[in-house]
Amino acid sequence: MADEMKIGAYICKGCGIGDRLDAGQLASTATRDGKAAICQQHDFLCNEEGVKMIQADIDNEGVNRVVIAACSRRAKTEAFAFDNVTMHRANLREGVIWVRPDSDDQQETTQEMADDYVRMACAEAKYSKVPETSGQQGVNKNILIVGGGVGGMTAAIEASKAGYPCSIVEKTAALGGAVAQLHKVIPTKAPFADPQDAGVDELAAAIEADDNITVYLNSTTTNIAGAPGRFAADISAESGATQTKEFGAIVQASGFIPYDANKLPEFAYGKNKDVVTQLELEALAKAANGGAIKRPSDGKEVTSVVFVQCAGQRSKKEGHLEHCSGYCCSASIKQAMYFKDQNADVDTTIMYTDLRTPGAGGENFYRSGQKKGVTFTKSVVNEVVDGANPTVKFKDLILNEEAEVEVDLVVLATGMIPNSGQETRADLAVEDAEDKAEAKSSGEEQVIRVEVESILNLDYRQGKDVPHMANGFADSHFICFPYETQRTGIYTAGPTRRPMDAKQAMDDAMGAAMRAIGEAENAGLGKAAHPRSGDLSFPSFRKEGCTQCKRCTVECPFGAINEDEEGYPVYNESRCRRCGTCMGACPVRVISFENYSVDTVGQQLKAVDIPEEFDEKPRIMVLACENDAYPALDMAAQNKLEYSAFARVIPVRCLGSISLSWITDSLNSGFDGIMLMGCPSGDDYQCHFVKGSGTAQERMSKVGDTLETLSLEKERVATYEISITDIHKVPKLINDMADTIEQIGMSPFKF
Amino acid sequence: MSTNTGTVEKYRNNFLKEVEANVEEGDWVKMCMQCGVCAGSCPLGKHWAHPPQEIFMMIRAGKREEVLTSDSMWMCTSCYNCIVRCPRELPITHIMHGLANYAKRLGLAPKAQPTAWFSQVFWDNMMKKGRVNELKLGLSLYFKDGIVSGIKESIKHQKLGMNMMKAKRMSPMELFGGHGVKSAGDLQKIIKKAQEIENARLESYGK
Ligand code: SF4
Ligand code: SF4
Ligand code: SF4
Ligand code: SF4
Repeated sequence: MADEMKIGAYICKGCGIGDRLDAGQLASTATRDGKAAICQQHDFLCNEEGVKMIQADIDNEGVNRVVIAACSRRAKTEAFAFDNVTMHRANLREGVIWVRPDSDDQQETTQEMADDYVRMACAEAKYSKVPETSGQQGVNKNILIVGGGVGGMTAAIEASKAGYPCSIVEKTAALGGAVAQLHKVIPTKAPFADPQDAGVDELAAAIEADDNITVYLNSTTTNIAGAPGRFAADISAESGATQTKEFGAIVQASGFIPYDANKLPEFAYGKNKDVVTQLELEALAKAANGGAIKRPSDGKEVTSVVFVQCAGQRSKKEGHLEHCSGYCCSASIKQAMYFKDQNADVDTTIMYTDLRTPGAGGENFYRSGQKKGVTFTKSVVNEVVDGANPTVKFKDLILNEEAEVEVDLVVLATGMIPNSGQETRADLAVEDAEDKAEAKSSGEEQVIRVEVESILNLDYRQGKDVPHMANGFADSHFICFPYETQRTGIYTAGPTRRPMDAKQAMDDAMGAAMRAIGEAENAGLGKAAHPRSGDLSFPSFRKEGCTQCKRCTVECPFGAINEDEEGYPVYNESRCRRCGTCMGACPVRVISFENYSVDTVGQQLKAVDIPEEFDEKPRIMVLACENDAYPALDMAAQNKLEYSAFARVIPVRCLGSISLSWITDSLNSGFDGIMLMGCPSGDDYQCHFVKGSGTAQERMSKVGDTLETLSLEKERVATYEISITDIHKVPKLINDMADTIEQIGMSPFKF
Repeated sequence: MSTNTGTVEKYRNNFLKEVEANVEEGDWVKMCMQCGVCAGSCPLGKHWAHPPQEIFMMIRAGKREEVLTSDSMWMCTSCYNCIVRCPRELPITHIMHGLANYAKRLGLAPKAQPTAWFSQVFWDNMMKKGRVNELKLGLSLYFKDGIVSGIKESIKHQKLGMNMMKAKRMSPMELFGGHGVKSAGDLQKIIKKAQEIENARLESYGK
């Protein structure tokens, strides 16, 4: 790439832009203010001819910064795809003409809007570079699979079929995991009527026969260093022998830990031998091997059995699980059939509050249970009384009365706890929330942590395992990006990710294997994973300026940054999602991307023309998340919803990337209002970078001080949580801000 | 176990099995998923001590006595709302009638329940000649609660009676014998035989 920066600005007159705006003036703005070396207008820029015109300038005139003043950066991306140049879009269609009324009296402010966007795009161009590779790339097709249950085995078989060699690391002496302990499994095929064989042996045999799959039994991963494309895993056998292997990506299928039924004394577990968990019943059924199931206390053939659903689950009581494990209703139906299929006269009663049988065949299986004579009693079990036969005391919710029944055997449907290892490093969490330190020392928030063994043993500064999300499960973005964790290149499958049964875990494993393959390839190209898929830029820092404060390593939601001995950050490109949260975190502003930096945005807001205070034309800076808020604004424009001509919108990668200097600079240069739009944060976060918007909200709470020192009203800066569907809300928010400014008056900082 | 005094253990399947064996469409009871749609759909549901959903749960809970002596299933007007709406497609109306019928045969049906009483009158009336004698049936209904209220009722429905006569739907001559099937005696024999078979089956149940 030529060293000399050369901006080419291209102004489109199609889609009504030419009718509504003075393209000639835009062109002179681009050359005069934007310092574009070349500026051309076109009637239909995105057509073949228009694109050729731009390409010719790149080829013959040395244009390497392309400014396109046309539609939104989200439109026509295939047409405007040029190699080895940076791309900047002035959004004249969705950002200007579609949100402003077509009337003569509005013409002036509409044109001002467009001129500003052209200036801003040129300013961004001036401070951007074409991303170059970091040199960290290298394709490694080997996939590491942690856990040898049905999930891990399926992942290995699928990845191997696709041509990717796999290694399974299994802690125990055999493959099969929890499913190997089951007598039968919930049916997976029509008519979904009877329990079926688990098929563990078939899976194990397929693995045995596959030269592409290596199995390490009695082994664990004792250290995993590196990043996608270059993970180095220490695989240690029980004997202590350790070997280090290289992998491109990782699937974590470490399954679940059964809930400890000893925490349920009310159900006489541990006291009465004939109160068992579902897993224990599987052992009894296996032992019976098709014959009558005998109860543990005296070996008597069971003639009556009650299944207690949601035992210690779906409850906020201390020591109980809050979540629904999702498989246990179907599992109880299956187990009741163990009895019914052997002897239809055995009384089998399932006591449930809500029967949940997810999956394609769930309802059929439920009906099949009913047909076989399994009784379903909607009730809450309060107590199991110990005795020669356990007595179940419950409230019948349909008949609304207390009742009890004495039976031979009671089975507790206790749930699953994700086997997801350790939480994020506790000391980091404390550092992360210095402000909360006081609350902690007061004792209220002090949680006594039981030391859990790590599963992955990641050599990441941010902790040894993938971060836990709700209830300890490790999925970071359930709806949009399943399998994805907060550690790029490490994908969870099965009950580590969310509660599920064997069949779902196997389906899950296929998905996770696919993602792992994708990331192994991606990392080799130096490309970002979603949501900035394909982005070639990556963060770097100016060492001379760095104060080793460690903010970036703490706040990176993806654990991408390690530390060297001196405490300087060490970036791992392929772990990074390019969100820019580190950039927003850095107090001395030394972190940047080639095409996104404190300057690329900072110079845009400085490029906005600020009219004199007495012109009564305020300016509102809108920093909008490119994932949700910016598309919502585009869609508002498509719906021809109008908003104030005083707003200037700059897309940001994530609210987390916002540098406080942008706020102070905007205020100092005379902006009257600043609006920050990011995704919802908190428990039900929608942030595409998990923690970015939440981190930003916290940082913005400190903006108040800045406003105070400048003696400015606090209403001038506001943060909003915007979902992509808030199409009608966003224009209204902008208009409300315009009204607020009208009330409190113009900013005095206009020079 | 004697069929009309049987006691069953609660929350065991005995009574459900009894219902399955003896009640028309009783096989379906176990398929109810307790959604409550039938209870909400029944136009008379408010007046029932136990709407269909509850009756089914009571059967599964082994509440034999309460179910069979209940007047709830006698309240069913055969409107079929519930059948149309039940997501599990239970023939609820038929089960209600089946239960009523079974309770009646066991002698457990509530005596004063008007539907139960009228059904008996209808049956007796019909069995005589193999055809219903509308006039006698109507009068016995009006005079159900004694002479005074009977006369009042008759006067109230006088116009309806006249219209029916005009339309030849009812004949005053019915009072003296009335119409019937060709050989009422044979019909009675057939019914008697059917009852014998049914009783034998009932007797054998539970043995
Ligand atoms: S879609 Fe964009 S580039 Fe194409 S004509 Fe319309 S404004 Fe111009
Ligand atoms: S850009 Fe985001 S993912 Fe990458 S290092 Fe910075 S904070 Fe981490
Ligand atoms: S509508 Fe059907 S399934 Fe629902 S409660 Fe009534 S009988 Fe049961
Ligand atoms: S058919 Fe009977 S039970 Fe069903 S809704 Fe009508 S009256 Fe109620």
